Amino acid sequence: MMAIKTIGLKKIFKSGFGKKIEALKNLNLEIKKGETFGYLGPNGAGKTTTLKLLIGLLYPTSGNAFILGENIQNVNIKNFVGFLPEQPYFYSYLTAWEFLDFYTQLFNIPQKIRKKRINELLHLVGLKEKHADLQLRKFSKGMLQRIGIAQALINDPEVIFLDEPFSGLDPIGRKEIRDIIFKLKDSGKTIFFCSHILSDVELICDRVGILVHGELKAIGKIEDLVETKLKSAELAFSGLEEEEKEKIRHFCNRMIEHSDKTLAVFNNRESVNEAIKIIMENKGALLSLTPIRETLEDIFLKEVTHDGQTT
Amino acid sequence: MLKVRAILINTFREAVRDKILYNLLIFALLIIGGSILMGTLTIGEQQKIIQDMGLASISIFGTLIAVFVGIGLVYKEIDKKTIYNILSKPVHRYQFLIGKYLGLIFTLFVNLMIMVGVFFSIIFFINGTIKIALIQAVFLIFLELMLVTAIALLFSTFSTPTLSAIFTLAIYVIGHLSHDLKLFGAKNQQIWIKNFTKILYYIMPNLEYFNIKSLVTHNLPLPENFLLLSSLYGITYIGIILFLAICIFEKRNFK
Ligand SMILES: Nc1ncnc2c1ncn2[C@@H]1O[C@H](COP(=O)(O)OP(=O)(O)O)[C@@H](O)[C@H]1O
Ligand SMILES: [Mg+2]
Repeated sequence: MMAIKTIGLKKIFKSGFGKKIEALKNLNLEIKKGETFGYLGPNGAGKTTTLKLLIGLLYPTSGNAFILGENIQNVNIKNFVGFLPEQPYFYSYLTAWEFLDFYTQLFNIPQKIRKKRINELLHLVGLKEKHADLQLRKFSKGMLQRIGIAQALINDPEVIFLDEPFSGLDPIGRKEIRDIIFKLKDSGKTIFFCSHILSDVELICDRVGILVHGELKAIGKIEDLVETKLKSAELAFSGLEEEEKEKIRHFCNRMIEHSDKTLAVFNNRESVNEAIKIIMENKGALLSLTPIRETLEDIFLKEVTHDGQTT
Repeated sequence: MLKVRAILINTFREAVRDKILYNLLIFALLIIGGSILMGTLTIGEQQKIIQDMGLASISIFGTLIAVFVGIGLVYKEIDKKTIYNILSKPVHRYQFLIGKYLGLIFTLFVNLMIMVGVFFSIIFFINGTIKIALIQAVFLIFLELMLVTAIALLFSTFSTPTLSAIFTLAIYVIGHLSHDLKLFGAKNQQIWIKNFTKILYYIMPNLEYFNIKSLVTHNLPLPENFLLLSSLYGITYIGIILFLAICIFEKRNFK
């Protein structure tokens, strides 16, 4: 059973003057239990739309979605789901405690457990006891984001959706949120979060999907996405005879010679290994090996600009 | 039920911590006090004027609170997206709407009790007694407010707050002119006006069923079963309006 599964999920918005915006085109996605999935895409790609469809705030134009094997139309599935909206607004007139207590009541959580649960959550998201009785209007952006996460976790959910959890935070705030996500990941939760900031995603996610103009352009493990797309390595060496250099020249991409140093560029791991073997066997000197790894950033930019050209 | 209750209490809490409510309430109390003072200064039909003005101001300010606080609270929940957090929990949309409605009704009830408390104290101070008819009049005003709140809620499920307020107040006015509307239609020569007023007459709530101010002030008896029939009418009407509101709300996409 998949934690999250969508089949041909589609959403068309009708704006005024009969104009249609295809915010999400035919999304097929499968997220395993316990996975941390980063849903990437530039602004307006359709990330929030996807989350809103999964949470039931929007109804799909067509297609279907399942959470933990249950159709998302079933309200009871939300007992196992947590959601942090994008730029969350909260009841500014409530204190942190009243705020969390309100949401516990929406789960029929018994009174006795409620108090314990709220204390645990305040602790988990790093809010102090003195904050509990403070009205939310007096909270900073970072504190609000944390109380928002606490709210999303109130029912100890299996599947957690976070929409841009890092937006508007300073580096320290981001690290704190990242640490919370790591804790959740360690406890085996499925985490699905949207972001347009890649550096946050690379560190946390098991898999990522790249969404551009409502279309899922790429999906996979970060290493895979980065490796299969393009990988190269530069090897610098010296002390080889012309004959041996010639061997390497046969299977490298490019070779540059500079006085007694030689620089060879390879496009796969086997060639690199082969070259190192030749250098070692012939008592050459290995000066440096530099893997040139395509970053997620590169792929991301490429998908976006590529799309820009075709449409 | 716990879920509906939680939403009810939260709605009440928001209303109580809102400044608009206090402003309206203080203003209402000033007007009630002022009208009674004016009444005591008039020579002759003192009693009548005090009761009439008192009941009228309670009714009007109750309506204003129902319309502005009612529409405001639902709209804010959608506009500020706090509804996202509620609907991402295992809460049916109808539970949200019913909770919101009951919270508004509870808020109105508390406000009405404050206004009525002041009004009755003054009457008691002057007369040494409170007529049962006055209590009946207040009961009917409350029923009317419940109906107006349901209408405000219906509009705010799909419309902007300004339009919702205009529509609701328009229905409030038409609802009180129901009888005149029928007469006007009957007298008119043009067929389409006749039909239009007829349709309006049957669709719009007849809010005069909740108005016994003139009977009370003139010490006239209520028609037989009036309270019972008015209550039945009100509850049925409220039920239909809430049902419509829920149907619209269930289909809605939250943008
Ligand atoms: N309620 C709406 N009505 C019309 N268009 C919308 C609505 N919500 C989003 N869109 C459009 O759908 C696209 C995707 O938006 P969104 O899901 O918010 O993107 P993201 O979260 O990836 O930034 C955008 O082009 C946006 O303008
Ligand atoms: Mg978004």
